[in-house]
Amino acid sequence: MARKDLLDLVSLDREEIDLILDQAVPFKELFTRSVKKVPALKGKSVLMLFYEPSTRTHSSFEVAAKRLSADVTSFDVFQSSIVKGESVRETIETLQAMRTDYIVVRHGRSGLPGMIAGMTKASVINAGDGSHAHPTQGLLDAFTLKEIYPDLTGKKVLIVGDILHSRVARSTSTVLKRLGAQVAYLGPGSLVPKAGPDNIKRFTDYDEAMKWGPEVVYLLRVQMERQDVQYFPSLREYHKVYGVTTERLKQIDDRGIYLMHPGPVNRGVELCDAALDYSRSLINRQVENGIAVRMAVLYSLKPGGEGKIEGGA
Amino acid sequence: MSRILGPDDIDEGIVKLATAIRERTAGRPIALVGIRSRGDEVAERVCNRLAEDDRELEMGVLDISLYRDDYEHLHENPKLQESDIPFTVDGAHIILVDDVLFTGRTIRAALDALSDYGRPAKVELATLIDRGHREMPIQPDYTGILLETARHDHVHVSLEGADGEDKIEIVAKNPD
Repeated sequence: MARKDLLDLVSLDREEIDLILDQAVPFKELFTRSVKKVPALKGKSVLMLFYEPSTRTHSSFEVAAKRLSADVTSFDVFQSSIVKGESVRETIETLQAMRTDYIVVRHGRSGLPGMIAGMTKASVINAGDGSHAHPTQGLLDAFTLKEIYPDLTGKKVLIVGDILHSRVARSTSTVLKRLGAQVAYLGPGSLVPKAGPDNIKRFTDYDEAMKWGPEVVYLLRVQMERQDVQYFPSLREYHKVYGVTTERLKQIDDRGIYLMHPGPVNRGVELCDAALDYSRSLINRQVENGIAVRMAVLYSLKPGGEGKIEGGA
Repeated sequence: MSRILGPDDIDEGIVKLATAIRERTAGRPIALVGIRSRGDEVAERVCNRLAEDDRELEMGVLDISLYRDDYEHLHENPKLQESDIPFTVDGAHIILVDDVLFTGRTIRAALDALSDYGRPAKVELATLIDRGHREMPIQPDYTGILLETARHDHVHVSLEGADGEDKIEIVAKNPD
């Protein structure tokens, strides 16, 4: 793959998606060895540039880079230079001078990783930008589902929650549709984008959505710290209307439906306690697969080319 | 200018490897580990020859892409495959098997990869073809075919399983 950056999934073609997902398989196989590390990126440096705090994505990328023997440095901008008034451009110039090979960026503003990619020769990997994209999440979700259904053609995936502000919903639905799955959204009317040319069904009622017959229910995280709270009357109300309650879990079990969630779960909001122990919950598997997929992404990108800004989701 | 060796030459090479391994390991438990791609097929054929012997014989496959020291190769040949070592490496007598031994760099990488699975009691090297021009202090313990080549010649090995036919082609190239 001759690509320098991974900014979103819309700009990847089917062949590139398949390549990354296929390569994640041998990386996952390494996790069963006592030595989980390989020297593939020995001497390369990975810089974690996080403008928003994130424990899971940050540590997943860090473990992935370390298992490839790369050196990892964290540049936690949200607690350092931004306070001193350093602009993104100045930060990137500093990083360029450090001759880093890969930059993993998370930022609250959509499109910022793309801007950085245009300023540096390093490979830029988007670890989530605003409500735009979270490509490695989409890839790990696709990888996890492909372990269950090697061919995703026609499989129905229902994504539940605040679709409008969710980069996970965008990236995950993009890659699943590309692999032939059918995607539907369920959420409060104000948080589900209006129907577009994307063939995605919209539901506002849980029971209506279940009649559609999904094989997988994907619950988005309610972002307590962000905008979501003001859109819902209360968290208890959200759980009752859109969450997997004890009664709904029984129905989900009876129908053999798989549950997914990007983590971390708000107990009693998206999922009831019992759902965390549900036998068809793929949530822990998503975490493990995240490392393998991020290793495959780091291994597939090619640092050094000219930067180019790309759009899409 | 090119020279070609056919199925009979390859078969003869396999028999030679199997016979030498049988004589020198004398019924002790061994594990053949083929290096992807094509080393695995050579290992399988040698294994088939040894299968009737009364001895413990294991088979494994190693993909060494992640252990190569030439970073650029990443992007020429990024197709990564799984390794499969279904036995305990600690204390095992392992014979690494490859199709062509050239600079020795692949074998160095394979030794690194193997050591991440455990600590073998002994590691030997079997190659279907030794074409010379080593860049590392690595020599085969078992050789099927000894091939005189120039440094810049290309040796293409095709095997029935991977390529649909058994053929070794030696293509003369000018140094450039």
